[in-house]
Parts: sequence; C-alpha cells; structure tokens
Amino acid sequence: MSTTVPVQVTVNGQARNVQVEPRQLLVHLLRDQLGLTGTHVGCDTSNCGACTVHVDGQSCKSCTVLAVQVDGAEITTIEGLGQEGNLHPLQEAFWNNHGLQCGYCTPGMIMAAADLLQRNPDPSEDEVRHGLEGNLCRCTGYHNIVKSVLDAAGKLNVTQVGA
Amino acid sequence: MTAIDDRAAAAPHRGQSLRRKEDPRLITGRASYTDDLNITGQLHAAIVRSPEAHAKIVSIDTSAALERDDVVAVYTGEDMADLLGPLPMAWVPPGVDVQNPPHWPLARGTVKHVGDPVAIVLSEDRGAAIDGAEDVFVEYEPLPVCMDIETALEDGAALTHPEIGTNKCHEWSLGGGDIEAGFAAADVIVERRVVNHRVSGAPIEPRGVLADYRAGALTLHTSTQVPHFVRLFAALILGINEEKIRVIAPEVGGGFGAKLQVTGEEMLCSWASRKSGRPVKWIETRSEHMAVCHHGRDQVATVRLGATKDGRLTAIHSKILADMGAYLMLLTPAVPSLGAFVMSGVYDIPAVQTDITTVFTNKCATDAIRGAGRPEATHMIEVCMDQLADELGMDRLELRRKNFIPKDDFPHETALGIVYDSGNYEGALDLLMEKLDLPALEAEKAELAAKGIRRGIGYSTYTEICGLAPSRITGPEGFGLQTGLWESAIVRVTVTGNVVVYTGTSPHGQGHETTMAQIVADKLGVDPAQVEIMHGDTGTGAMGLGTYGSRTTAVGTEAVARAADKVVEKARSIVSHLLEAAPEDIEVHDGKFSVKGSPDKGLALAEVSGVAHVQPEKMPQGMEPGLEETSFYDPENFVFPFGAHACIVDVEEDTGKVKVVRYVAIDDCGPAINPMVIDGQVHGGIAQAIGQALYEHVMYDDTGQLVTGTFVDYALPTAAELPSFETDRTETPSPVNSLGVKGIGEAGTIAATPAVVNAVIDALKPLGVTYMNMPLGPEAVWTAIQEAGQ
Ligand code: FES
Ligand code: FES
Repeated sequence: MSTTVPVQVTVNGQARNVQVEPRQLLVHLLRDQLGLTGTHVGCDTSNCGACTVHVDGQSCKSCTVLAVQVDGAEITTIEGLGQEGNLHPLQEAFWNNHGLQCGYCTPGMIMAAADLLQRNPDPSEDEVRHGLEGNLCRCTGYHNIVKSVLDAAGKLNVTQVGA
Repeated sequence: MTAIDDRAAAAPHRGQSLRRKEDPRLITGRASYTDDLNITGQLHAAIVRSPEAHAKIVSIDTSAALERDDVVAVYTGEDMADLLGPLPMAWVPPGVDVQNPPHWPLARGTVKHVGDPVAIVLSEDRGAAIDGAEDVFVEYEPLPVCMDIETALEDGAALTHPEIGTNKCHEWSLGGGDIEAGFAAADVIVERRVVNHRVSGAPIEPRGVLADYRAGALTLHTSTQVPHFVRLFAALILGINEEKIRVIAPEVGGGFGAKLQVTGEEMLCSWASRKSGRPVKWIETRSEHMAVCHHGRDQVATVRLGATKDGRLTAIHSKILADMGAYLMLLTPAVPSLGAFVMSGVYDIPAVQTDITTVFTNKCATDAIRGAGRPEATHMIEVCMDQLADELGMDRLELRRKNFIPKDDFPHETALGIVYDSGNYEGALDLLMEKLDLPALEAEKAELAAKGIRRGIGYSTYTEICGLAPSRITGPEGFGLQTGLWESAIVRVTVTGNVVVYTGTSPHGQGHETTMAQIVADKLGVDPAQVEIMHGDTGTGAMGLGTYGSRTTAVGTEAVARAADKVVEKARSIVSHLLEAAPEDIEVHDGKFSVKGSPDKGLALAEVSGVAHVQPEKMPQGMEPGLEETSFYDPENFVFPFGAHACIVDVEEDTGKVKVVRYVAIDDCGPAINPMVIDGQVHGGIAQAIGQALYEHVMYDDTGQLVTGTFVDYALPTAAELPSFETDRTETPSPVNSLGVKGIGEAGTIAATPAVVNAVIDALKPLGVTYMNMPLGPEAVWTAIQEAGQ
C-alpha cells in the first residue's frame, strides 16, 4: 500500500475525515470509500460528465479532480440533492418528462443542470443545450433532457417568485 | 357508453404516457450498476492488452508483476488450457462454409488486433491491478497487417489468419425474382458505392463483470443484454453445469448491441474466480471499450437500382463487402444478412438480390450494433432512391409513392418470400408532409444561400424487420442461428393481490418495467403500481433470450400478455364458481372480475387471490391452488415497423459544417402502449444515427493502430449539436401478436442516416455535389464542395 494523506470534506452536509492515496480521484473517494455510487464513471478523458458533482456549489467532473484537492470543500452528490419523497425539482422534472432511459448519465446530467440553473435561472433551449455540452447521453438524444431542464427552470422560478 | 369509454374501461393504462416505474431509483442515484456491486473478498482484475495489431507472442514475463506485494495472481492464455472451447459464434447457416478461427479469452500464441487480451492481473486493489499490468512484459514479433477490406482478397494481401490461407470468411446470397430480367427491363440503372463506416455502440456505462465461483457454483454479475446466453455459454466453455450458474444483469447503463455478446471478459473473470478461489471484478475503461468492445457496421456495398423511365422499380442488387474484424463473435457474420431480408425496403420490387462477402482484418470484431444490418440496407436503398430520382428527373417523393407497397396489399410477400405483416407507407408520408411545411422551408433557401448557407431537405421512408424472431425461420434449419428466439414469462399474483411478472428479456433503459406493467395491469384490473417486473436474472424464474433486435415488446411483452391471459382465465373460473355464473359471463371491468351486465357484483383481484391462496377449498373442485401462470411464445412471423423521416440541414459553404436544424419523424410501431416511451426510443435512435452520419467514425491507421480510442477522438453528439426532434405516429396494428405491436428500439437508427445524407446532398446540389458517403464531417463536405467547383 502506498502512503495515504488525510482529507477532510463535507459531503452532502456530513463532515468526513478520510485517508486517501495522493493519486486517488475524487470520484473514487466518493464511490469506493464513501459508498456514494450514484456518481458514475463513463470515460477516462473527462468527456462524459457522468461523474459530475458539486464542489463548493459549482459543478465539477469528479474524475478530473484529485481527492486531496477537495480538502476542506463542501461536496454535493446526487444522493444529497434530493431523495425519494423529497425530490429536487430537476429530479421530478426528469421523471415527469422521461428525461432518462438507462439512467447512467442521469446523476451527472442532473448535477450539471442544477449548476446551470443556479447561474442562469431562465435559460433558453439553446442555452440549456450549450450548458450541458459537457455531459454525454447515449439513450435520450437529449430531447427530453432539455425538456426536463426547461420544465424544472419554470417550476423553480414559480417557486422563487411565490416565495 | 361510447366505444372509446369502453376501451378506456377495458384498458385504462394502455396508450397512456405513464411516467416510468424504474425512474425513482435512477434519479436519486440509488440504482446498482455492476461497478456499484462488491463482494467481500473480491479481487480486482486488470487486463494486459496487445499494443500490436498482428504479432506473434514471443514471451510473456510476469515475474515483475508477481513480485509486487499487492498482486495476487497473473494468468496468461497458457494457464487456461482447461477451457472446453473458444468463445462462441452462434450462426451456422445450412450449406454455407463460414471460417471461424478460434477466439480465446486470452490470446494463444498470436494477437490479431490492438487490444487483444494477453494476460490478466489480479490484485486486492483496482489501482494496484493496473500497476501490476504495467509490469507484465510481453515480447511481440510483429506480423504484416490486413486493414482494408477492399484489397484484402487480392493476391499477396497480408493475411489476418495465415492458417486459413485467405482473408475471406464466408459468402452468402439471398435473392428473389429474376434479377437479370429486372435489370433488362430497366431504362435507367444507378450504381453507387455505398459506405457504411465502422461505429461504436458506446453505451455511457462501459461493460463490467463481477464473477463469484464458490462451492461448485458460479454467480456472474455482468452488464449484459443477454444473461441467458451468457449462462449457457459459460456452462459450455467453463464446464460448469448450467443449473449451477446464475447470471445477473444488474442495472445496465445502455447496450445498443454492444452488450449483446458473450464476452471474453465474462469467461475470463469466471475462470479466474474459480482458479483463484476469490470473487473477481473487472470494470472496463472507456479506452478499453473503444478498442475491444465489438464495433458495428463497416460495410462497403455496390448497389444497383433499376427503373423504367416512368419511375417503376424493376430490380435492386446489392453486393456487400463486410468487415468482420479479427474474430467472429456471437453474431458477427450474420449481421449483414439481416439487412438482406429487407433489401427492397418499402417498395414493390420484382427482383431483389443481395450478395455478401465477409472479410477478416486486424481490427476489433464487428457485431450487432443498434439496427444490425438494417441501417446499412436502409441506407443503401434510400440514398439510391434519391440518386435514381435525380437520374430520372423525377421528384424523389413521387418516385417513392409510385413504388410503395399499397396499404391494401398486406400481408405482403416480397420477392424474397418474406411476408411483411402490415403497413401504410403513404399514410406515414402524408403525415410527415403535413408536419413539415415544405413551402416555408423552401422559401428560406434563397435568403440563406445569400449568406453562404445551403439548406437541404432529405427523406427516408423505411421499414425494418424486427421482433426476433420466428424460430422456424431464424433457427438451425432456416437462417442458421443455433437457438430458438422465443420468450417466456411468468405472471404471479401474490397473496395480497399484487402482481410479480418474470420475463426472460433483459431491458436496460427501454422502460419495460413500466410498459409491461401497463399491459398486465389492464388485463388483471389492477394499477400498474401494483405490478413489478423482474428481469435480467437467470436465477429468478422465466427463461428467455434477452433484449435486442427490437424484440422485447413484440415477443417478450406478448409472452407476458399471454401468461396474464391465462391468469385471467383461471381467475374467471374461480369467480364464476364463487358467484355461480358462467365463466364466459365474467369480465374484467373497472378493476373487478364481475358478471356481465351487473358490474356491482364482482371480486377484485386481491379477493380472488385470497381465495386461491388462503382458502383454496373454495375453488372449483380439482383446481390447483395459487394464481400463477407461465407462457412460452414463439412468434409466427417477424414484425415490420415503418415510417417516414425528414431531415433539414444547413451547410456552411465556407467551412463544410453541417447543422441539423430540424428533424421530423413519423413512426408506426402499432398501437402505442406508452407514447412517451416510444418517442424516447425514437429520439435516441435518431441521435445515434445523426452521430454516425456526421460525427462518429471508428478509425484505424494503416498499421492497425486505433486512432479513435477515447471520447476525445470518437465524437458522440452532445446536446449542443442536436435539435429537438418532432415526432408523431401512425398506428397500424400487426396481425402477428395479440397486442398488435411492433418494435421501436432501432427504428430511429435504421431510418435516419439516409435522411441526413440525402439532406446534405440536396443542400450541395446547387454547388454541383451529386453524391457523398458518410461520415459528413466538415473536411469531407468542404472537400466535396471544392472538387465540385473545379
Ligand atoms: S467519468 Fe467521464 S467525465 Fe468524468
Ligand atoms: S439515459 Fe442512458 S446514457 Fe443517458
């Protein structure tokens, strides 16, 4: 076993102290050490976005970051975004609009979309398409993903206006 | 009550766009794909793969790897002498000689393509296994490579398998009608070289295996479309009794044919688990996937299409050269022939002939990828129809309409003797034209051209053959597949009146947990939420053949429907006995088994099930307790979905960049079960075909090195490249099955490439470009424009 270094992170609101190999990627810390397998791996060149999580509120491909780099950071994964019975509006919208088929790209897609809507709460179709450019889906042709994100944007805006 | 009310009462869930039952676990990150599973004590595997396209293995030095503390074992091909046979190829066409050189999970003596596996390294840790693999030193003696199918059969060509003495794998022909007379009767014949280049299925979840052999039994988790095939061949290759093997397809992250395979890695990890006494886990990297998971297409065809001068088709002949790659996998050589069955497309052509020659090269094997043979055939026909229309000076839609098989001519036997079940091709095209608003599109053309943008419109009117398959046609004495292609299902009503359905199919994104539940719910008068569909596990019930070839609804769901019908029959007998009414008078109405005419008098399924399980003494005398039935279903015929697609592209003259600006698809897969799910399948299929037509291309260089080894070089379309799609349906029932349904999973991929290519050619016609082959990347398009301008 190679040497490990301590890393302190807050994941989905919970403080975690872990020992990681210096070469360990964030995605493997999440999946293999913390058991958060909702974050997926679909490539080895940072193209597919299946591994997208939020680091300090911004979307990030967790296969592109070393675990040691997130020392002190706050991380949100799909498991922390919303759960059955308490779904995030994007999760609900993906469900309602058939925004997923095999579901493998979905957690990353939803996390990327959540970040997009934070930055641009009322995006056009074109802005959604370009905003999700870093996330690949082989099943849906993106049609219903885009529809889901626009639907969620509408609902989030209504909630905010109403609040 | 109106007829519609009646239908809604009898089948309230069919035809509804219910949101999917599978989604809650997927949108919350709680699904379990293969890589999410772990077994205590497991080892991680890394596979040492050949960097050479063709070479003799001189030596393999595993000592450095074995010296590493964290490496538990290293095995090579020599260690696997106890396998009972090589990897399977399941097509033995009667009377046809197919060369099938042995293909082993680990190479024996030579490697035949980049990525060919040479050794497996097992370690406690995934990273350490990869480190160990780097410490396995293999000495290769490079051999000449064969990379080009069009020269592979020439004298002196380098041989992929020198021991066979040729690169030819097999020849196969299918024809009907008098082909010579057909061409003799033609006033115009177009001949085109049609290339259908090599693509990757590229599901976003790569493949993965977790094999656990203990106490004489094997449990194999694998990201597969075909768990039952995998079990059968694991038994035959590893010498483990079939009943001692349980193959589980956990959540599977897309397949597209890439996981319709019995793979070396499945056999290798199972073998390594038995050998090492530990569970073995292997997860494919994307780079491995691009290099070693079977590719698709890769055909070059010479297509001749003849017609009289008034546009009546007289003959089509297609001479296909197909690249097998280095080895034959499960269905490799059969794929091009699947297209031959529909080589006359939606047209009434008196003479049809397909001649196929397959060739070995030092590349990864090809096999079925979404559409498998039918996209290639459809591309040949539909591109050549446009070429013929130009040659005849005739409108391309008029030419199509003139030759459509008329809607009152179904079932229709083609010149090949294939019987199309049902169709209404004019109907689909009419609806397409209604949606398209051609005048508006045409009107924008001149304005765009002034800005250096060429607009083009392309069409594709298609049918395909799916619902695999009637075993008598596809089986050993027919087409030569060494299996029947039936499906089976078990429908079990639980004590509390809920329903568990076991299917032998293995869906992986298609939504069958929802659509099958819709059918069963209607039949049994319950809510789809009360129906659970179990699939992808050889250990839990129904046998079957898996999910591919757009067969799961037309064959698998039909088997489910039939088992549910049997349950209904039994429930009616029980209810008729309890209510003292004739069984024929009991109907399922508004969630109850009730007596016709007196809907208040009836029992809900839960009550019937209560009797069947808790008080069986109240059942008719002699009837077995329980409420569970099994059905095996072998279809009488294939089903033939069809439709009409249009693609609108804008091409930048200066850069050659093609942008798909609109895509309109009318598809007909019979009466819908869940329209939203159908649309989703169509969207994904179209996107995959646009990917092939414009961006995706598996490329090797002349030395056999893979150029497109990652998602950096192999360009899947992103959301930014694609438009939203406009879809609609016509609904022509199939007479083949009781549900009237046809498959839809591959339709988009089959229909769309010619629509895109025809659109680009249409756009470039004013610039003098008359014909192009895929992929239509900017460089190819720009070059075509320059050459046409000279
Ligand atoms: S795994 Fe593909 S981008 Fe991270
Ligand atoms: S839903 Fe399968 S990859 Fe997106």
